[in-house]
Amino acid sequence: MDERLLTAAIVIVGVPAALVGYVLLIETILRFVPGRVAPRLRPVLWLLPALTFLSVFLVYPTIDTVRRSLMDGFSENFVGLANYEYFFGSGETLGALANNVLWIVFLTGGAVGLGLLIAILVDRVRYEPWVKAVIFLPMAISFVAAGVIWRFMYDFRPESGTLNAIVGTFGVEPVGWLNTWPWNTLFLIFVGVWMQVGFAMVILSAGLKGISTELLEAARVDGANELQVFRGITFPLLLPTIAVISTTVIIIALKAFDIVYVMTNGNFGTEVLANRMYKELFNFSQFGRGSAVAVILFVAIVPVMLFNIKRFREQEAIR
Amino acid sequence: MTAQSIAASATSRRSGPRVGRILLHLSLLIIAVVWLVPAVGLFVNSFRPSADIASSGWWTALAPPYEFTFQNYADVLGRQGLDRGFINSLFITIPATIMVLAVASFAAYAFAWMDFRGKNVLFVIVVGLLVVPLQVSLIPILRLFAEAGIAGTFLAVWLAHTGFGLPFAVFLLRNYMGGLPREVFESAAIDGAGPATSFFRLALPMSVPVLASLAIFQFLWVWNDLLVALVFIGARPENQPLTVVVANLVNSQGGQWHLLTAAAFIVMALPLVVFFALQRYFVRGITGGAVKG
Repeated sequence: MDERLLTAAIVIVGVPAALVGYVLLIETILRFVPGRVAPRLRPVLWLLPALTFLSVFLVYPTIDTVRRSLMDGFSENFVGLANYEYFFGSGETLGALANNVLWIVFLTGGAVGLGLLIAILVDRVRYEPWVKAVIFLPMAISFVAAGVIWRFMYDFRPESGTLNAIVGTFGVEPVGWLNTWPWNTLFLIFVGVWMQVGFAMVILSAGLKGISTELLEAARVDGANELQVFRGITFPLLLPTIAVISTTVIIIALKAFDIVYVMTNGNFGTEVLANRMYKELFNFSQFGRGSAVAVILFVAIVPVMLFNIKRFREQEAIR
Repeated sequence: MTAQSIAASATSRRSGPRVGRILLHLSLLIIAVVWLVPAVGLFVNSFRPSADIASSGWWTALAPPYEFTFQNYADVLGRQGLDRGFINSLFITIPATIMVLAVASFAAYAFAWMDFRGKNVLFVIVVGLLVVPLQVSLIPILRLFAEAGIAGTFLAVWLAHTGFGLPFAVFLLRNYMGGLPREVFESAAIDGAGPATSFFRLALPMSVPVLASLAIFQFLWVWNDLLVALVFIGARPENQPLTVVVANLVNSQGGQWHLLTAAAFIVMALPLVVFFALQRYFVRGITGGAVKG
């Protein structure tokens, strides 16, 4: 214990101190470097710690995972595309892929749609901050805690499961919420919606406040009803914001892991790619197949990545 | 239009919005209740005796006779190892947060206020790395850590969380630092201040709000993480953070609600405190171009 406390203290104080020392050192050295070279060398040296981390923890592993996806379970022999053939030939992995599609569609639709609805409704009442805090709260907690909370809500026994107690008061038999596909996946996705709506709501609410009230009032004076105002003005103006939020939620849906791991561990047809990958690695020791799943996940994210880069370039052009 | 129909339309106009207002309040109330009930139910049950939890729902505890106990918390903290998990989570989270802030701020300053060839290409790569799923990094990094002999240690998770959190940190900080007024840095340079002075005396103090947002994000992200801890700490019970301990508890004691409810609340407690105390910075970080993969 004491030893660990010491290590932690060394890291907390030592890492910032080492970086400060590093920068002061390179600045001292740069003073003795010829005037033409110093301005070119300086940025490289300032960026070096961050670039090292990024290369070691993201760039190199991505390349290495692609390589491993073409090797056997122990990463020893080249097997060509066998791992991908396995992926696209097995019902279990394809089922995981199908579930991820459900996650993308319903998590994104649910979080963004509901977030937009709440943002618009809450804009019209005085207790706005309170509602927002309540909706936002699940964002702060872990997927693990949310998993336990909702296992409890979905529990089969009406003596403990809140939902079955509620349907029970209408005379309905207890429902096995997490037993039959595709409903169980949808109920898991709802846990994700419960957690992510706050994120969408906060950003959309900020966007909503940025729309000029004169514009909205002018439309209302001209006789437009609220639905027309929404369709003609609010929604088109919020569309870029909605696109940004959607990309973020799509990535969360693609990487969905914790909720499934804690609530069903992929049983009853609720498997998703990230959980499948974890199983390949740690339950079956199939590094090749696990890597192939990771690569497929990565390829699915590439369009989102390109969209983000395009949007970033456009913003930089305006700056 | 007759006077009568004008009057009629005036009333309908008044009563229309009134019905609308009631519907508005009602739907917000329903949404808020649906969003709160799951957490409230868990919270209430975590204080009930285990026999009560097994025989009746949490809502029955809202009416007398009131019977609440701390026994569930005592059980999970002592016998189920959540006390150690809590301390491990702190050990993992605080250094991982500091490391990201330290490494990212130097790079962000270079990206914001230094000119060099390839700067834009390099930063576009950072934007691209924002969304790379950390799943693609797991196996190669696990092998690296195993070769270095640090698999299963705190150092392994600190390094991994720093690497994975860095693109977002650099991105957020650079955007903020780049928006600081140019004149400040120019006049400092005229007065003979070098880049180090500008960074420590100007850029860093002026970026405190965004550093606070970033610290909260990274803290919550690392505290709430399950996957990184599962993979890099794995089967080392003495080093496991809360999330892993609770996930294991769910697997081994799936039906023991008196243990699970208390355990879940212990994992949530610190994030909730951070959230309520620092909500302003949290929201600002999210709305300030915070798009994290």
